[in-house]
Amino acid sequence: MIEVVRPGPLATVQDLGRPGHAHLGVPCSGAADGRSLRLANRLVGNPENAAGLELTLGGAAFRFHRAAWIAACGAPAALRVNGRAHGMDAPCPVPADGLVELGLPPRGLRTYLAVRGGLDIEPVLGSRSTDVLSGLGPAPLAAGDHLPVGPSSGLCDIGVDVAPVAQPPDVPVLRIVPGPRDDWFVPDAISVLCGQPYEVTPDSNRVGVRLDGPKILRTRDGELGSEGMVTGALQVPPSGLPILFLTDHPTTGGYPVVAVVRAADVPLAAQLRPGQRLHFKPAP
Amino acid sequence: MRVRRAGDTALLVETGDLETAHRLHAAVREAEVAGVLDVVPGERTVLVVVDPGRCDLGRLASRLPELPLPASAAGGAPAVEVPVVYDGADVDEVARLTGLSPGEVVERHASGTYTVAYLGFSPGFAYLTGLDPVLHVPRRKSPRTSVPAGSVAIAGPYASVYPSASPGGWRLLGRTDLRLWDVTRDPPSLFQPGTRVRFVRSPEGAR
Repeated sequence: MIEVVRPGPLATVQDLGRPGHAHLGVPCSGAADGRSLRLANRLVGNPENAAGLELTLGGAAFRFHRAAWIAACGAPAALRVNGRAHGMDAPCPVPADGLVELGLPPRGLRTYLAVRGGLDIEPVLGSRSTDVLSGLGPAPLAAGDHLPVGPSSGLCDIGVDVAPVAQPPDVPVLRIVPGPRDDWFVPDAISVLCGQPYEVTPDSNRVGVRLDGPKILRTRDGELGSEGMVTGALQVPPSGLPILFLTDHPTTGGYPVVAVVRAADVPLAAQLRPGQRLHFKPAP
Repeated sequence: MRVRRAGDTALLVETGDLETAHRLHAAVREAEVAGVLDVVPGERTVLVVVDPGRCDLGRLASRLPELPLPASAAGGAPAVEVPVVYDGADVDEVARLTGLSPGEVVERHASGTYTVAYLGFSPGFAYLTGLDPVLHVPRRKSPRTSVPAGSVAIAGPYASVYPSASPGGWRLLGRTDLRLWDVTRDPPSLFQPGTRVRFVRSPEGAR
C-alpha cells in the first residue's frame, strides 16, 4: 500500500488510457507523456501499460508501507527516499515504511513514478487513468489516499541500472503534419504557425496546451460540423490562437484543426510549462 | 470520399453526409483492420485512428474508400425508447421562443424519430438529429453549472439526454430514468452512432 502524504499541485493515476471508446465520447486519457511512463514501467520490470503516478510540477510525497522498487522518469524532480537522493530514469529500492519525496522539477512539467507491480486500483472501461475532462477513473490524489500495489510475481527481472534520457531543449521544436483543415485558413497559415515561437499560457492542462503567439486566421466562415479529434491536434478557435490537444482532449470538436503534432513529439508537448516557448516545424 | 491526413496516426474521411458517415463507420468496424484503435464518426466525416506500428496509413488511405458500405448503418436494430417525464425547467421558455404552447412543444418533441449523429462533449452524450425544425432554439446564454443525469434537452438542431451530471447550456424539456450510460455495461452507452431513438411520454409527464 502507498499512502499519499502530499500530492503536490496535481497528482493522478495514469496508465496508457482507454482507447477504443472515442465514438462513445470517451477521451483516450492515459499518461500525457506516455513515453516517460512506459520507460518508468520498463525500468521496474512492469508491462508498459501498468498504472503509475503522474505528478504535475512534483512537490509530492508518498509513504510506502511495504518495500518496493520504483522508477521516476519525465520532468527531473529531485527524488529522495528517506531523505537520500536518487537519480531519475533508474530503478530505485524503497524500504518498508520508506518516504519517497519528489521536488519541484527545474524543467519539464510532468514526472512519472512507476512502482514494480503497478498500482492495483479498479479499472474503468479498461483503464485506471484519471480523465480530468470526463471525470472517468479515480479522482486526483489527495493527502491520506491509499493506493494498493499489484503483485510482482511473473514480472521481468529488473535488468537495467539506468536509462539515459536526452533532456529536451529549453525551446523545443514540435514537428507538425499540416491539416486536416489547413484549407480553412489563409494560404500561409503553416508558415505563420512555424515562423515565430508560441508561448504556453497558464490555463493549459491535460486536455490541451493553450498557446499565445501569432494568430492563425481563417478564410472560411460558417460551421465546420463536429468531427473526430486526435491527440496532438492544433485546433484553432475563433480567437486564432491554437490549442494543442493532449490526452484528455474531447473526442469531437467543431473548430478546424490547422495541423497535427507528430505522435513522437506529443511527449515533448506534454512537458511544456506555462510561460515556456516552443517552435513548430513542418514535417509531412 | 476524400481522405485527409490527421497527423501521422489518423485519417479523416469526408463522407459528404451523416448517413454515409454512419455506413462507413460500420464498414470500418466490420472490416476489423489490424492496428485500428478508434473509429469516430462526425457530422460528415469518419476519423480512423491507428497504431502506426501495426497499420500503414498510406495503405489504409487507399483501402478506406473501397470498403463495401452496408445498406444501412442501423442494421435493422429497433429504436431505443426513452420514457420521458416532460417537466423540464425550460419547457415554457421554449414555448415562448417558438410561439407554441408548452403542450405543443412536448407533442412535437415526443413525436419525432431521432438518430444518434455522433457522441462527444462527455462520455455517452449523443447528438440526436431529427428534431422538429420548429424546435430549433439556441442554447442558453449562460450555461447551468450542473444539469442532472437523465435530463432530456434540446439545442440548435439537436436533441440529447445528459448521460451524467455535468454543466450544460441546453434547454431542458424533461427527464428520464433510463440509464443511458453505465461504465459497468458493455457497451457502456445505450446510444451508439446511428442508433435510432424515440421519446415516449411517461404518464406522470402528461401536462
